[in-house]
Amino acid sequence: MALKTNLYDVSKCTACRGCIIACKDWNQLPAVIEPFKGNYCTHEDTNGDTFTIMRFMEYEEDPADDVKWHFLKYQCMHCLDPACMKVCPRHAYTKTDWGATFHDPEKCVGCQYCTYACPFHIPKYRKREDKITKCTLCVERVEAGLTPACTRTCPTGALSFGDRHELLDYAEERVKFLRANGFPNATIYGKLELGGLNKLYILTDTPDKFGLPIDPKVSSTIPAWKDWIQPYVGWLIPLALAGSAFSFVTTRILAGKHEEHAEGGHE
Amino acid sequence: MSPSFGRGAMTNHVVDLKNTDYALIMGSNAAENHPITMKWLTKARLERGAKIIHVDPRFTRTSQIADLYAPLRSGTDIAFLGGMIKYIFDNKRYHKEYVVNYTDASFIVKEGFDFHDGLFSGYDPAKGQYDNSSWDYEVDAEGKFITDPTLEHPRCVFQLMKKHYSRYDIDSVCNITGTPKNKYLQVLDMFTQSSAPNKIGNIMYAMGTTQHTVGTQNVRSYAVIQLLLGNMGRPGGGVNALRGENNVQGSTDQALLFHIIPGYITSPSNSPAHKTLDAFLAKETPKTGFKVNQPKWVVSLLKAWYGDAATPANDFAYHYLPKRDVNKNYSHIAMFEAMHRGEIDGLFIWGGNPVVGGPHANKEQEAMCNLKWLVAADLWLTESADFWTYQAWERPASETKVKKRTPADIKTEVFFLPAAAVYEKEGTAANTGRWVQYRGKAAEPVGDSRPDLWFIYEIGKRIQAAYANSKDPKDEPIKNMTWGPYGSDHEPDVVEVGLEMNGYYVDDPRKPVPGFPKLAADGSTACGNWIYCGQMTTKANGDLDYKPMWRDNKDNSKTGLGLYSNWAWCWPVNRRVLYNRCSVQPDGVTPWPGDEKRQLIGWALDKWVGDDVPDFNTSLAPDAPGGINPFIMRPEGKGCLFAAKGSTKDGPFPEHYEPWESPFPNLMSKQDKNPAVKVWEPDKQATPDKYPIIGTTYRVVEHWQTGALTRNLPWLAELMPDMFVEMSEQLAKIKGIRNGDKVIITTIRGDVEAVACVTKRFKPFVVGGRTVHQIGTVWHFGFKGYAKGDPANRLTPHIGDANTMIPEYKAWLCDVRRA
Ligand code: SF4
Ligand code: SF4
Ligand code: SF4
Repeated sequence: MALKTNLYDVSKCTACRGCIIACKDWNQLPAVIEPFKGNYCTHEDTNGDTFTIMRFMEYEEDPADDVKWHFLKYQCMHCLDPACMKVCPRHAYTKTDWGATFHDPEKCVGCQYCTYACPFHIPKYRKREDKITKCTLCVERVEAGLTPACTRTCPTGALSFGDRHELLDYAEERVKFLRANGFPNATIYGKLELGGLNKLYILTDTPDKFGLPIDPKVSSTIPAWKDWIQPYVGWLIPLALAGSAFSFVTTRILAGKHEEHAEGGHE
Repeated sequence: MSPSFGRGAMTNHVVDLKNTDYALIMGSNAAENHPITMKWLTKARLERGAKIIHVDPRFTRTSQIADLYAPLRSGTDIAFLGGMIKYIFDNKRYHKEYVVNYTDASFIVKEGFDFHDGLFSGYDPAKGQYDNSSWDYEVDAEGKFITDPTLEHPRCVFQLMKKHYSRYDIDSVCNITGTPKNKYLQVLDMFTQSSAPNKIGNIMYAMGTTQHTVGTQNVRSYAVIQLLLGNMGRPGGGVNALRGENNVQGSTDQALLFHIIPGYITSPSNSPAHKTLDAFLAKETPKTGFKVNQPKWVVSLLKAWYGDAATPANDFAYHYLPKRDVNKNYSHIAMFEAMHRGEIDGLFIWGGNPVVGGPHANKEQEAMCNLKWLVAADLWLTESADFWTYQAWERPASETKVKKRTPADIKTEVFFLPAAAVYEKEGTAANTGRWVQYRGKAAEPVGDSRPDLWFIYEIGKRIQAAYANSKDPKDEPIKNMTWGPYGSDHEPDVVEVGLEMNGYYVDDPRKPVPGFPKLAADGSTACGNWIYCGQMTTKANGDLDYKPMWRDNKDNSKTGLGLYSNWAWCWPVNRRVLYNRCSVQPDGVTPWPGDEKRQLIGWALDKWVGDDVPDFNTSLAPDAPGGINPFIMRPEGKGCLFAAKGSTKDGPFPEHYEPWESPFPNLMSKQDKNPAVKVWEPDKQATPDKYPIIGTTYRVVEHWQTGALTRNLPWLAELMPDMFVEMSEQLAKIKGIRNGDKVIITTIRGDVEAVACVTKRFKPFVVGGRTVHQIGTVWHFGFKGYAKGDPANRLTPHIGDANTMIPEYKAWLCDVRRA
């Protein structure tokens, strides 16, 4: 089956954040009310009950010219070769045939290994269930023939959903236009990064201006470690790794039990 | 807008934004407050290469989307636009053919009209008012306007206007507005390119324009510019008032204002000229223009309201209508001033929240303590319903500006009506583009909450029952008022209400009047609101067919202009673009050169045809007298560059005055403030020595109005959880404030606490050689709900526009410090 992708065109986004509400509504995610800290983006990052956020970043390159206020919708990138899936000891992650990285909470034991492995630090711990959560690319909707909830709600057409090839062609055209019309650094993000993301961005400036890693990488130690640990899951490992940075993770993998945990949850 | 075009409404509609070449967004943060407009504007940019210009004191979400942004100091719009008018004249960037034929540019103004150092002729300093009889055109013996189509007569509107704005040169303007000169020049050049016959620009504005002591004149400036550029009455053009609320257009149409009755008819007063129906009609009906039909509308309205009790013999019960005191003002500020003086016993609040949304909210809250009773209808207990609680009287600083009260001090009896939410009831709303759209009920109301219509209907029924046996003649208006039944059920049927609004034949009350030309002044028709006449028809089977329910999602425009004429219905008579006679050349046949696709109507041998409904007297051929008059609601028949007598209270040409509270004297004339405004609280005018910073208020997309709804919805509270104030990095540095700090903002009227949002998007202004700072706060917050905060309106002044009395929320003086 052809890859189906979400395309986000920042040049059309007004940062209305309708997409966040639509996402919370569809996924029935409770509000996580944090105090206003001086930026319209009240959440600094996604969390166990917030699959997508809108970043607001101000830049001023030339004081004689306007400031720039960059908006960026941030959520799981549905990497075509996802690190989260590689590292998950319980095989909670799968790829759908059309490209969504699906996380099955039934299998998840809340070890959070994926959080550390993900180059975008997307999977987040939900304390009350002791599980990881993240954007699903609205698998149930897409498989029922609908578009993702965020896409459906977007008033400006900044979000669209469809065949990855077609959206890539459109994005190439659009970037060409933007480059010729006042955005010389306009670029596509997600075409090649990490071997391709199933979430495409049209950016009006270089990725770093939007807080995206220019050349995202999966930590080289992680896959190795995982390849090593995987066969032994179920016994032995806690001893072998006692004291290492990942020992708490492995302890949880093996014990698979519920435990209070400070990191990751913002509840 | 009425003084310029004849109607006070968005001239085009939201979908039409896609047809523009240049959009000037000013006094509006459309991306934030009208997100759907951005859908169509971004389409215009994508498909037509349209340019979006944003002018605003701070760089907003709209500025980020725009192609060009220019800052201006709050309250200096007329200086900014006056400079644009001068630029248009200097660079011949007006659309000559259009100006000569479709505006009053060629009209000769009477001798005696004058302007000197900030004052127009006729000013009476003692009264603080103008006698505007000298603001008038010359007419010949038959009463016809004298014109000079060469536009050269020294007293023609064109020449007077040119002279008036000769003072608004670029340097003087930038010195007032604080706009960087390079940005100003770019805006002038870019937007005035829409004067080319094949280019059309629109202006989108909202409360940033109107909420000033010169609000009406701000809008007039847009009107003048759009007429000079030839942008009115054409797709992609217009002066587009983006309504601050989804049904504001509907509320003004239905006359939720003191000075009008439904359909924008002046409300009768106790003046001798309004003593009888005939006198009233004689006084209020102009001799020319479409409004000559007004008697039909008024009589039909009286028939709708008083039924059989309204007869030709009793002046159609005109004496039943309450008459306002002609010397009194009943606008929001005036009402709360009167309440504060103890002159008002009771208050109904429907979907309002003055303790958060009213200007000088501290005073309005105090005023409410003088009420004997208060009825508030809302979804949740609002700040206004709970104005008597301990919480309501907590203030951030122990200050003397507001006397602290406790529930024991307040004697007001408060009733709360639990209202159904919009999705829990059916009804219509008239959107900003005048489309009246029906929406069904999606869910049953929660608990015992009911639709507002049910409350009103029941109150009316019960009042009538209480007076049923009265013999007192003064109770007759209540006893004889027609009050349903609207359908058989005890819940009123909105279609039946729609029928009364539309109008029906008195001898056949199920038969809708097909349109307002069919209304009669003899009592044979009844019509609740003449501009809504035509919204109801009958289906083939004889059932009522309520056009706001129409949902034909097909664009009937052959050239793809997005008229969607069979999607809902819009007033008047489903004209989607007002004044659309201007979309074709005066001969009625030839499109504007290079603009064939945007012609809406045209003369085809013997009749007017086109995709839109002509907004025009269709019985007139283009060469008939009046055949080129596109503005039928104006007595002139033309778009008015000059607002002749009776149109405004503060001048025929917009002139720059400083806001009521400003750090600067007027650099344009000796007249600092709008001379025609009514000052309510002279002791509450701040001076820049104590309050040197300019303050303004605005909204964010995450909350709606006073937040009564949105602050009670957890997801929205999550997105904007606290009251905040935006300020420049420069000001923050001076005040020792860091991003995220708690700060106190003070004005002469009150103090509020807020979280500082220190941003590069606000910049200090250089005005008159001095640097001045501006801050901005959001006015959504109050002490109830999930997202709480101090109401910003505790800061804003009790002063309003000279004409509309809309409060000057957008420019006042304050100071700010770390909490
Ligand atoms: S809904 Fe669309 S326009 Fe609004 S913030 Fe999300 S992506 Fe941007
Ligand atoms: S972004 Fe992170 S969580 Fe999402 S697919 Fe890629 S690695 Fe997995
Ligand atoms: S795709 Fe679905 S889950 Fe992911 S951000 Fe959009 S709405 Fe949320």
